[in-house]
Amino acid sequence: MSGTLAGWLQILALVAALALSYRPLGDAIAHVLTTPRHLRVERLVYRLVGVNGDADQRWSAYLRGVLAFSAVSVLFLYGFLRLQNLLPLSLGRPPMPADQSFNTAASFVTNTNWQSYAGESTLGHLVQMAGLAVQNFVSAAVGISVVAALIRGFTRKETDRVGNFWVDLTRITLRILLPLAFVFAIVLVAGGVIQNLHGAESIPTIAGGHQSLTGGPVASQEVIKELGTNGGGFYNANSSHPFENPNAFTNWLEIYLLLAIAFALPRTFGRMAGDHRQGYAIVAVMALIWAASVAIVTVDELHSVSSRAGHAAGAMTEGKEQRFGVWASALFAASTTLTSTGAIDSAHDSYSPFGGGMTIFNMMLGEIAPGGTGSGLYGILVLAVIAVFVAGLMVGRTPEYLGKKLRGREMKFASLYILTTPTVVLAGAALAMARPGERAGMLNPGPHGFSEVLYAFTSAGNNNGSAFAGLSVDTTWYNTALGLAMLFGRFLPMVFILALAGSLAGQAPVPVTAGTLPTHRPLFVGLLTGVVLIVVGLTYFPALSLGPLAEGLQ
Amino acid sequence: MSAPSRPVSGGLLDPKQLVASLPDAVRKLDPRGMVRNPVMFVVEVGALLTTAFAIRSPSVFAWVITVWLWLTVLFAALSEAVAEGRGKAQAETLRRTKTATTARRLVDWRPGAATGASEEVPEEEVPAAELRLGDHVVVEAGQIIPGDGDVVEGVASVDESAITGESAPVIRESGGDRSAVTGGTKVLSDRIVVKITSRPGETFIDRMIALVEGAARQKTPNEIALNILLASLTIVFLLAVVTLQPFALYARAEQSIVVLAALVVALIPTTIGALLSAIGIAGMDRLVQRNVLALSGRAVEAAGDVNTLLLDKTGTITFGNRQAAEFLPVGGTPVEELADAAQLSSLADETPEGRSVVVLAKETYGLRARDEGELGEAQFVPFTAQTRMSGVNIGGRQVRKGAASAVADWVAGHGGRSGTDARTVVDRISQEGGTPLVVAERDGDQQRGAARVLGVIHLKDVVKHGMRERFEELRRMGIRTVMITGDNPLTARAIADEAGVDDFLAEATPEDKMALIRREQANGKLVAMTGDGTNDAPALAQADVGVAMNTGTSAAKEAGNMVDLDSDPTKLIEIVEIGKQLLITRGALTTFSIANDVAKYFAIIPAMFAVVYPGLEKLNVMRLHSPTSAIASAIIFNALIIVALIPLALRGVRYRPSSAAGLLGRNLRIYGLGGLVLPFLGIKLIDLVVQFIPGLR
Repeated sequence: MSGTLAGWLQILALVAALALSYRPLGDAIAHVLTTPRHLRVERLVYRLVGVNGDADQRWSAYLRGVLAFSAVSVLFLYGFLRLQNLLPLSLGRPPMPADQSFNTAASFVTNTNWQSYAGESTLGHLVQMAGLAVQNFVSAAVGISVVAALIRGFTRKETDRVGNFWVDLTRITLRILLPLAFVFAIVLVAGGVIQNLHGAESIPTIAGGHQSLTGGPVASQEVIKELGTNGGGFYNANSSHPFENPNAFTNWLEIYLLLAIAFALPRTFGRMAGDHRQGYAIVAVMALIWAASVAIVTVDELHSVSSRAGHAAGAMTEGKEQRFGVWASALFAASTTLTSTGAIDSAHDSYSPFGGGMTIFNMMLGEIAPGGTGSGLYGILVLAVIAVFVAGLMVGRTPEYLGKKLRGREMKFASLYILTTPTVVLAGAALAMARPGERAGMLNPGPHGFSEVLYAFTSAGNNNGSAFAGLSVDTTWYNTALGLAMLFGRFLPMVFILALAGSLAGQAPVPVTAGTLPTHRPLFVGLLTGVVLIVVGLTYFPALSLGPLAEGLQ
Repeated sequence: MSAPSRPVSGGLLDPKQLVASLPDAVRKLDPRGMVRNPVMFVVEVGALLTTAFAIRSPSVFAWVITVWLWLTVLFAALSEAVAEGRGKAQAETLRRTKTATTARRLVDWRPGAATGASEEVPEEEVPAAELRLGDHVVVEAGQIIPGDGDVVEGVASVDESAITGESAPVIRESGGDRSAVTGGTKVLSDRIVVKITSRPGETFIDRMIALVEGAARQKTPNEIALNILLASLTIVFLLAVVTLQPFALYARAEQSIVVLAALVVALIPTTIGALLSAIGIAGMDRLVQRNVLALSGRAVEAAGDVNTLLLDKTGTITFGNRQAAEFLPVGGTPVEELADAAQLSSLADETPEGRSVVVLAKETYGLRARDEGELGEAQFVPFTAQTRMSGVNIGGRQVRKGAASAVADWVAGHGGRSGTDARTVVDRISQEGGTPLVVAERDGDQQRGAARVLGVIHLKDVVKHGMRERFEELRRMGIRTVMITGDNPLTARAIADEAGVDDFLAEATPEDKMALIRREQANGKLVAMTGDGTNDAPALAQADVGVAMNTGTSAAKEAGNMVDLDSDPTKLIEIVEIGKQLLITRGALTTFSIANDVAKYFAIIPAMFAVVYPGLEKLNVMRLHSPTSAIASAIIFNALIIVALIPLALRGVRYRPSSAAGLLGRNLRIYGLGGLVLPFLGIKLIDLVVQFIPGLR
């Protein structure tokens, strides 16, 4: 089978699988978020935490829940990493240094999973399983919880209640993420991903040398790493490591898993809003941008050959696994950077300038196509609010989205939301570039070196977590700065989203008339895509011009 | 009433106005005022920085950019000054009516007390400005009414042209719905006692002056929301440029403050930022030009959002009186004969109904109205409430027309018999909501001849021409119209069907109206209505847009948030269009402004960095002459587009009623796509010129 045919088949199979799971998965999440019934185990959890599972919260209480839970998670994970030498299954590993522990704790709690360490040589199994994997579940659940509150803001009327954070968090984790992770972990094991508690084993290689291979509970980590758009690999090489991602099938499945929930959430949105067309419009924008991005990265990697190795191979094969090839690697790269996953199965640093630039641009779009679990949907809904506002004025009415008016208060929170991430990314990158010590961390000169720094802060600020590589980031400054960028990039937007949810929920809905701007037609899909590209994309244009553009337009 | 679907438009921009507004514009450059407009404030700060830079290290390029940045700020101030200037002239006229009126205050006036010649009620002369609430003043023919109030005694004709521009005098009398008088208007005849209802400085004229001058202008909710969005876009782009310098330093392409300021100004939404307040002022002004006073900008915006229009049937949908629509002969009478008889019987009937019979006879059957002299010894029988008939006796011939039962009695009393066919016709007309008038005749040649019924005149409410199309339009805009009438449901339905309104409220009492408004609002709808009576006041206050007629009571004018000086209820529809147009103009220019950025990037970014990264020259798709000419061209375009769009901001974007999807598609094509393409052409054209400036290379 030719590479081209295999590439097309993978993409088509992926689209078909996503289309198939769109309805059942989206409906299931909607059901979980709206049913009044509690499971017995959930009641137990509520009793343990000490919350009333039947009482809805104001947006401020919901936010306090999110922040308190996340703060405790950061502290717990930090302690775990600092004390891992004292715990069982530590494989004799020493504690992680303070700055790196902070960075790692912030990284996993914020669903970023930026890793300034190499997993197999730094962490013991217990930290991986009870520390990192737990955060992989709950940080994804927090994202879905927050978007659930926002959707309720749109659908509820004249109330100050946007749901119960503890209920949402528990239900998403127990009813959606755990069962899915369990099933697909077994599929991954069947596909060849390892699952054991072995320590490092020394193996003689064919060439006569010795290689130390660390085993571990990989499949169980791997599945939630993708499903929860986390991306933190068990191994340093992430999904290009054969124990994490042994073959083309597991590679395909991992791409599916990291897209599945984010692409199904618009269905949840449409179902809860009582109008599936609203969900289709949002998913159409996501799919449009995703498809364009996949196409650009793939075409660039196949044809705009710039490196010497590339010329020899006829495509940009450097940094890509032979068992996946250019097509699957490009598909993975575009999907992982568009979803805040940040898992990688190839080295983005070695991509063609435009292909690599596209992965940066993907993240810069704010992780919305389809974005992270929950965060993708709330990100695109805020942009939809901006689009509806401008378009709504153009039809001569106070703009309204799903019957809720967008006035000063709503625009304030939406504006603050779109301000936050660019501020974190650009300010962070500018600080790094202004400091000679931090500039020295680049492994490449010229615009490519700048791309490495820009990539790091874009990845952290947007909670993606993928690394361009080619930048030495395990320094106190980078660990601290990127850790802060992740925290600000995650929780400030959540503050604004929940405030927006509260503001929307308090409104009485406006009835739909012929004078109402339709937000489910192709025209609106086009408009929203335009707003995403122009409002978000243009912010970064000057920076991009000095990195990937300067490099690619040689 | 204006023709249906007349597009809302405003006056044109006169170049003289631009020049006249310059001093005001320069005054507006004061940063303390400018800070309220974050976008233009950033431009002004940029201009200050480049000025300092240009003075320190002068170059042609630095000075060109500096001058054009200042021009950008100036043009923004100019747009606002021009918009305000249009109101100023009007305010001047109004102010003249205010000057030094003296009032004749009645000391201790009580209702019923004889006034004037009697010495029991002493009066004192006080300046109008010293009048207090509840004071009573007497005004006689030729005098100016010193303040707003209600007539509590007497009746007078008043010239209100100072406010309405309408020269025909109006009658104002104590009690009822025509008791309100406005300060500054002139009593033409008789004398009245007026109870003052407004404090000095808060009179109707004072408010009008403040409104047209824009002094009382507060930002409207949508304007605030848009300002927030614009401010945040400004911050984002400011940030993108400020952080660019470290990146540029690394690339060994350090940028001067002039270039960075130019980039910021090019990227932030200056077009809409500059024109935003002019759009708001001009929107209010468009209402003033249609003789509508909106007491708050909020109300104008709400007008654009209205879901339900409550329209009074009488005067708005119909002409307000019944008119003859048809002659229906019975018993084999030729229709011409009936028309002739109907006309004869109506010649002396001066009621609108009577005149409409004559008009119909003339228009349909060519029967010329005859003078009384032509008829020989004609003896007219006037209508009385007792007979409920009118008619004429010519010689021995008697013609009568009137209410069906009255004429039937008359016919029976003169030996005739009204047939069943007449009754059938009468019943049918009644069922359709019309009023039947029966015409009967008794021939004079046979003195004792029996009277006979000739036929029936069908009188009905005539729906104003073009209303049906108007309501069609409103429906397409998503606005529901509800007709309010005191008629019975049968009549109301007939008119509602004919006019094409969506719903009607028959036998409406003020309470019914109020309940209807509340019901609509409970469903999240915004309601607009007009009213003039005191009993309309609660409903006017409850409605989101309440337009009081200027002829109405002061209670109604207090309760509403707009006053129509022409007292034309149909204007509500135009008010809705103006409200929509205001929002559309803001949205369209915002879209245009943001779309412009793409071209500016393509002009400025290669100009900044192509020196160090020659590959970036490929982004110079416009093939601009040199880096300096490229940046200058972008900035000049940015400034000129503001001036070019001032007329659009003042006039408003062309608005034709259509569905939201249609409007969006159209405006996106013009202002979105246009905003994307136009600057590529504009910047290229400017570059073709500025490249010849020595020093810009």
